[in-house]
Order: sequence, then structure tokens, then C-alpha cells
Amino acid sequence: MGDALLFLPLTVLGAVLALDVVSFPQAMFSRPIVAATLAGAWVGEPDRGLAMGVALEFFALESMPFGASRYPEWGSASVVGGALFALTPEGTAAAMTAAALSALLVASVGGTSMVLLRRFNAYWARQQQARIARGSGSAVVALQLAGLTADLTRGALLTFLGLAVLVPLHEAIVASFTMSPTVSRAVVVAAASAVGLAAVWKVVHTTPLARWYLAAGVAIGMLIAAGLM
Amino acid sequence: MTMDAASAAVLPLRVRLAMLLRCFAIQGVWNYETMLGNGIAFCMEPALRRLPGGRGGDAYRQAMARHSGYFNAHPYLASVAVGALARAELDGVPAVQIERFRVAAPGPLGSVGDRLIWAGWLPLCSALALLAFGLGVRPLGVVLIFLGAYNIVHVGLRWWGLQAGLTHGLRVAQSLGNPVLRQGPAHVARATALVAGIALPVAAQGIIGPGRVVLGSVLAAVAAGATLVTLLHGKIEGWRLATIVLAAFVLYSVVR
Repeated sequence: MGDALLFLPLTVLGAVLALDVVSFPQAMFSRPIVAATLAGAWVGEPDRGLAMGVALEFFALESMPFGASRYPEWGSASVVGGALFALTPEGTAAAMTAAALSALLVASVGGTSMVLLRRFNAYWARQQQARIARGSGSAVVALQLAGLTADLTRGALLTFLGLAVLVPLHEAIVASFTMSPTVSRAVVVAAASAVGLAAVWKVVHTTPLARWYLAAGVAIGMLIAAGLM
Repeated sequence: MTMDAASAAVLPLRVRLAMLLRCFAIQGVWNYETMLGNGIAFCMEPALRRLPGGRGGDAYRQAMARHSGYFNAHPYLASVAVGALARAELDGVPAVQIERFRVAAPGPLGSVGDRLIWAGWLPLCSALALLAFGLGVRPLGVVLIFLGAYNIVHVGLRWWGLQAGLTHGLRVAQSLGNPVLRQGPAHVARATALVAGIALPVAAQGIIGPGRVVLGSVLAAVAAGATLVTLLHGKIEGWRLATIVLAAFVLYSVVR
């Protein structure tokens, strides 16, 4: 599991998806439901990757990429979380809890790294200010490409370091975890869904009638869930 | 010498496509000082090469310098400004009018985009994908549903914005009165509420598997947790609170 050859493609995936969060093309490949599924698919377990992605997507509903706001970085975090969950054998008790926790930690560090990158971008822009003020097209293009490259590098470093640090930690948690797999999943789903529901409420509660649509939706969803059991 | 309005509005397709492609990277060097500023100039650059004197000419240099300063807007709707400002430059509109537009445009372009996309379309597409998962759609299908639904609007909005800007120039504000942009966010919010409401229990059940008692307990915990997160809004973000809860749970499970 701790194989560097496995880390390398996941690092590339994490880098590309981290770039998608803000810099290019912001097509939401970096959303957990996509990113964790891709990571799971890469290690041969797309279904487990998707399950992790669904749990993380609930968390991600809370943090949309509004302009200058600070938010967790879900692209590389979902690659780490999706891969960790997919690499752990089916039925392992702690798998989902440990993988979700790992993803949340990487998302937090990733959010901080984006703030630092934005400060570096400002520094680089100041360095090029004289050329840009003279209307140099090449300076504008070079600055843009430097920012894109730096963001790609940030994503690669974050994913690689995340995997290098958290794979051993994940294995240690899995080895000494004492709860059942059902409880492990239930705790993650409850925490994630609570965050997701609060996020949806925050977004829609000011729209006329939307709270009734939400209540009706939950009622319909519970009926469907009961029917699916 | 200025380019006539008709020819500015019908820039060759390859120039418009180059501008559109660059629009996807408009936030490539986003920072807290100029925000989208450099990105706006970067996106306009293929059109500005058509100014008198070409690339490196005085008009080109003045325009590049003007547009690389501070600018902030929603990244998708920034294409409206890119198109409008490119049209204005190619039409030879006085710099003072262009500057006035640069000051006035960010507010509406930011608020409309935030409400329509970040607070509307993206959560709706997430909820659709969560529901698809809960109903048993395979991973590839879930990913395609999410990416397909989201990007039809995403790419369409960028292309529409660029075209609207190039067509109307600095009078593009009338395009923001489009019914989709004015009334769309409220309709999308209601749809999001309904679909997310359905998706939540169905997707939760999809992860934890069969068992009414477990699902019932989880949904009760979700209601209590969501209330807590809502009450703590502004003090701590829900995902940070969840991180603490999960860390405590893991610690308890390991040391007990």
C-alpha cells in the first residue's frame, strides 16, 4: 500500500484536480463525488471511491468557492480520501472513518496552501508590475502561466505528502479500531449529512417557499429510503 | 483609426475560441490584490492583437496595461466583461468610459454569478448526483450526471457571456436583465431544496446499507447535528466541527 509507484499516478491526479478547484478549468472535476471516484477507479475500486466521494460531497456542500473567501481544498483531499478508502479491504471497520478524517485534514491544509499561493501570486504580480504597467503582453501571459504552474505544483505536493503521511496513520487506525463497520459508516454519514443539510438550509432558507420544498424533499427521500431497504 | 463596430462584434471564430479557452484559466494567478485583474487582460489579449499597430503597438500596450489592474467578478460571468471590454477597445471607446465600466461591472457580475452558480446550480448538481448514487446508479453514471449537468451551464454561461459582451460592448448591462439571470436563482434554490431533501436520506441509506434502526438513528443525529451547525454559524464551520467529532470518535475507538 505504501508503494511509491502507486503514489505517483495518484499525485498526478491530485495535482490536476487541485488545479481545477480555482485555476483551470473550474469544471468541478475536483468535487469529491468526482475526484474520490476517480481515485477509487484508479486503484480498481470505483464503487468504494464513489461511496467515499458521496460522504465528502455532503461536507463540500458547505464550502463553495466564493471569490476571496477561504475554503477547504477538496480536489487533492478527495483523491487522498478516495484512495485510502478504496485501498482498504471491504468490511474493514475503521476504513470510512479514517479515510474521511484524512480527507478533511488534507482539505484543511489544502485550504491554507491556497491562501499562501494567493499571497505568492500577489508577490509575483508586484515583481512584474513595471512590465505590466508598460503593457507587456508577454508579462501578462507569463504571470498567468506561473500561477497555473504553481497551483499544479501545490496540488502535487499536497497529494503526495498527504498520502505519505496519512497512509501509515490510516493503517495504524485500522489495525487498532474497535468499533463495527456499520457504526463507523453511520458516524461518518451522520456527521457529513448534518453538515450537508445545514449547508442546504443556509443556501435556500431565504428563498420564498424553499423551506417547504426542503421539508417535502426529506419526506419523499425517507419514503424512498424505506422502500429501498 | 478604429475598428468598426460590426467587425468587432464578429471577431473570427478562432479568436473567440482562443478567448473562451483563456476564460477557463481566468483565475490562474488570482490574488488578494488584483484578484482577476491579470486574468482579464490575459483573456482579452487575442482580441487586442487586432488593434491598430498589432501586438506590441501603442494601442495594444495601453489596453493591456489598463486591463491588468484590479478586477473582481464571478469567474464564469467575467467572460461578459472580457467580451465587452474587448469590444470597447476595438471600437476605440475613450479610456474614461472603459474605466467607468470596469468600476461598475464587478458588483452585478459577482452577485448574479454567486447566486446563480455557487449558491444555486452547483448545489443542485451535487444533490442530483447524490440522489443518483442513492438510487443505485453506477459510478460512471453518477460522475457523468454531475459533470454533464454542471458543465452544460458552466460552459454555456462562459460562451454566452463572451458573445453578449462582444455583441453589446459597454451596453452589455442589459444582458444581465435576462430572465434566466434575474429569476433563475430563486427557481434553482427551490429545486435544490427539493432534490437535496430527497437525496439526503436516500444517499445516506446507500452508504450505510440496509437497516431501519441504523438509518433512523443516523437521520435523528443528522437533524440534531444540522441544528447545531446552523446555530453555530459564524462561529465555527460545520466541516471543522465534523473533523473534531470524527477525530474524537477515532481516538475513543482506538484507546477504549
